[in-house]
Amino acid sequence: MAKGCCTPGGNIMILACSGGSNVGQLSNQAAVELTQEGFGKMFCLAGIGGNLGGFVRSAKDVSAMVAIDGCEIGCAKAILDHAEIPIKNYLVLTELGIGKNKDFNLKAEDIRKVKGAVKSVCE
Amino acid sequence: MEIKVLGPGCPKCKQTEKNVQDAVAETGIDATVEKVTDIMEIAGYGVFGTPSVVIDGEVKSVGKIPTKNEIKTWIEK
Repeated sequence: MAKGCCTPGGNIMILACSGGSNVGQLSNQAAVELTQEGFGKMFCLAGIGGNLGGFVRSAKDVSAMVAIDGCEIGCAKAILDHAEIPIKNYLVLTELGIGKNKDFNLKAEDIRKVKGAVKSVCE
Repeated sequence: MEIKVLGPGCPKCKQTEKNVQDAVAETGIDATVEKVTDIMEIAGYGVFGTPSVVIDGEVKSVGKIPTKNEIKTWIEK
């Protein structure tokens, strides 16, 4: 929820798959850092997946959004499709040339690459 | 019917509350309209932003000012 009064215009909703692999966690870390840097605001994909009304309605009503999937399985996209939420901007991290594995020691270089790609896809 | 307008308080929130009040008055529906300003209570609805409108527990709009006519379609159902 916005701390200030009312949602500022152009506030970008960031939805990360936050999955159980390096690329899933890269999506999460990028979303966290982009939120901290003021680029947008990370929102709860789990709430949408759980079909909680406020979360689903928020994603349907938001004017700007980016969904980040770690890999081509596309869990974030599947959740949004299932909830009939239009996906405005979309990114799959393995398509950036980042290999999927179970190493959770995320590389700063990869995080920077993901953040840059998120910003580009939102332009 | 219970209608809640979620928002800490700003022109957008006030306009939303006015639109809700006008819609209720014009339809003659028996409804209570409550303004919710407590941030923690608002967060409990899982909304991305405000103003938001909740009717009988269902979140109807988030982060925008719904028109009076839009609100009427929600409360006349």
